[in-house]
Amino acid sequence: MIWLGVAAAAVLVIIIVAVSGGDDETTDTTAAATTTAAPTTEAPETTEAPSDTTEAPSDTTEAPAETTTTAAAAAPIRIAIVAPSASNDLAFTQSIVDGVNAIAAEREIAEIAITDGTFVVDDAAAAIRDYAANGFDLVVAHGSQYGGSLQEIAPDFPETSFAWGTAADTFGLPNVFAYEAASDEGGFVMGVIGAALTESGTIGIVGPIEVGDAKLYVDGFKAGAEANDSGVTVNINYTGSFSDVALASEAAQAHAAAGADVMSGTAQMVVGAISVAADQNILWFGTQANQATLAPEIVVASQVYKWEVVLSDILDKVAGGTLGGSSYVIDLENGGLVLEFNEDFTLSDDVKALADQTVADIISGAIVPTE
Amino acid sequence: MSDFFTEAVLIATVAGAIRLAVPLLLAALGETFGQRSGVLNLGVDGIMLLGAFSGYYTVLKTGNVWYGLLAGIGIGVILGLASSLISVTLLAEQGISGIGVYLFGLGMSDLLFQRLVGTPVPISKFPKIDIPGLSDIPWLGGMFFSHSVVVYLAFLAVPAAMFVINRTTFGMNIRAVGENPEAADSLGVSVSRVRWATVTIGGTFAGAAGAALAIDLGIFQQNLTNAQGFIAIALVYFGAWRPLGVMAGALLYGFVNSLVLQFKTLGIIPQSWSDIAAMAPAIITILALVIVARRFRAPSALTKPFTRGT
Repeated sequence: MIWLGVAAAAVLVIIIVAVSGGDDETTDTTAAATTTAAPTTEAPETTEAPSDTTEAPSDTTEAPAETTTTAAAAAPIRIAIVAPSASNDLAFTQSIVDGVNAIAAEREIAEIAITDGTFVVDDAAAAIRDYAANGFDLVVAHGSQYGGSLQEIAPDFPETSFAWGTAADTFGLPNVFAYEAASDEGGFVMGVIGAALTESGTIGIVGPIEVGDAKLYVDGFKAGAEANDSGVTVNINYTGSFSDVALASEAAQAHAAAGADVMSGTAQMVVGAISVAADQNILWFGTQANQATLAPEIVVASQVYKWEVVLSDILDKVAGGTLGGSSYVIDLENGGLVLEFNEDFTLSDDVKALADQTVADIISGAIVPTE
Repeated sequence: MSDFFTEAVLIATVAGAIRLAVPLLLAALGETFGQRSGVLNLGVDGIMLLGAFSGYYTVLKTGNVWYGLLAGIGIGVILGLASSLISVTLLAEQGISGIGVYLFGLGMSDLLFQRLVGTPVPISKFPKIDIPGLSDIPWLGGMFFSHSVVVYLAFLAVPAAMFVINRTTFGMNIRAVGENPEAADSLGVSVSRVRWATVTIGGTFAGAAGAALAIDLGIFQQNLTNAQGFIAIALVYFGAWRPLGVMAGALLYGFVNSLVLQFKTLGIIPQSWSDIAAMAPAIITILALVIVARRFRAPSALTKPFTRGT
C-alpha cells in the first residue's frame, strides 16, 4: 500500500508540473525557481527582470545605433546557442538558429554549436557553462528563464561573451548582452490587417502564458485590431502551456465556436491551432517564424524575427573587445522584425497599402502599439 | 455568460470535452487491465509518445490514417511486451521501471522526429463521421454524433473492456491475479502469463492512444502528449479500476478542460486568472482522487511483483 501512495503522489506531481506547463520562454515559475538558488544579495535585481522586459522596448531602441566599432576585421569566432525547444519548431528557437545561420552566411564563423530542447533550466545551465569552458567566444542563452543561471555563470568566464534573450537586463555584467523583440509592433500591424479582413467581426488569439514576448505580441495584435475597427471583438485565450498542442487545438475550436474567422497565436504549441484554422478555413497570422508552410491556404502573413540584426552588432563589439553591457531590441525600424506575406494568399491592394502605412507610422512614431 | 449559452458554443464545449477525453480514455482503459492484474505501468506516456510518432510518421509517408493507427498499435505491442519483460519476468520495481520507459519514449520519439522529419509538416486526419439520423438531432447531434471515427472506436472499447474483465475466464484470472496471486497460482493460473497479457494490452492501448492523438491533431511535436499518459494513470485510480469509472474520469477531465477554454475565450474567466484556471483540471482530478481513494480499494497485489513460493 505504501508503494501505491508513492506512485499516486508521483503521478500527481507530474500532472501538476505538466498542466502548469511552465517550460519555455518567460515563465514566472521557472524564473522564480532559478532565482531562489541565487545569492540573496542579487535577488532584488532578478525579481525585477520580468517587469523590465515588458516595459523596455521603447526605452532601449536606440541601442543598436550606438555602435562604436564598425565592422572590425573579425577573426573567425565560435558561437554556441542554448535554446528551449527544437531548432526547427517554426517558432521561438528556430528564430535564433535562423539568425545565427544568416550571420554565418555573411561572416567568417569558425563553428556554430547548438544545444536545443533544453526545457529544463538546469540542463541549459550545464550546456551554457560547458560551452563557455570550451572556449566559445559567444554563448547565446535563448530563453528568459535562463537568466538566473546566466547571472551565476557569466562572472566565472570574464573572457567569454554571453547574449541573453528575450530580456532587457544585462545584470550590470560587462560580458552579458541582452536582446528582445518589439513583437507588439508586428502584432499591431497584423491586428490592423486582421480587422480589415474579418467578416464576422470576431478575432481569436491563442497564447501560451501571459508573460514576456507572448504577452507583448498578443497585446499588440489586439491593440491593432481595435485601432482599425473599434467594433471588432478580440477574444484571447492563454492556454497555460507552451507545449500542449492538444489544448492549443481545442482553444482554436473554442474561438471558432465563438465566431472567429481570423486567428493568431504565439509559441510553438500553436501548430495545433493552425491545423484547426486550416480545417475550418479561418485566416491565420503567424509570429516568430514564417508559418505559411503549415497551411499555405490560410496564412496571411507572419512576423519574422531577424536576430541577425542584433547578432551582427554583438559580433562587431566582441571583435572590438567589448563583451557585453548593452541591450538590444529588434523592431520594424531596424529591420529585426519583418512582415513576410504569404505569396499564396492574395491580399487586396487596399489592405496591403493599409499594412504598409501602419508599418510606416510605427517606424515614424506616429503610432505607438502598446503603452 | 450569456455568450456561453449559444448553440455553437455549447456544442463546441461538449464536443471538445469528448475529443480531449479520447487519448486519455484509450490509455487509461489499457492501464486498467494491467493494474487489475497487479502491475502498475508508469511508462504509459512514453509508449503514447512513440505510438504518436510512429502513427504520425506512417501517415506522413503513406497518407493512410489507418496504417498510422496500426503503426501506433504495433509500437504499443512491442513496448508492452518490453514492459512485461521488465516488470513481470525481471521483477523490476514498478514505481521506477515505468519512469525509465517514459523517459525512453520521450527522448526517442523526439530524436526520431528530429532525424526523420525535422520541421513539423501537417498530415491528414481521421475522417469525421456524421452518424446518419443521430447527427441531425439539434444540439445533441453536434455534441455526440459528429466526430472523427476514432472517437467512436474509443468509446466502443469501454463495453468491450467491461465484458472482458467481468464476464470472461481471462477477466476472472486477471482479477484473481491482481487480488491474490498466490491463490491463483495454486489453482493453476499462470500469474506471469496473465500479467504479460495485461501489460501488453496496456501497451497496445497506449500506442493506439498516442497515434489517435497525433492523427487527430494532424501534427507531431516534441512531447506531444504533454504528460497525458500520467493523467491516464491517475484516471485509473479515479475510476476505481473499472472501465466505466475510467470513462467517467476521462470525460470529466476533458469537460473541465474544455469548459475552462471556452470560458477563457469568452472572457468569462478574466485573462489575469487564466494561468490559475489552467490548473483546474488537475486540481479537480486530485480532489476526486482523494475522495475516491477513500471509498474503493485498489487491487491487493498492485505493484507487487510475484515470484512462486514466496
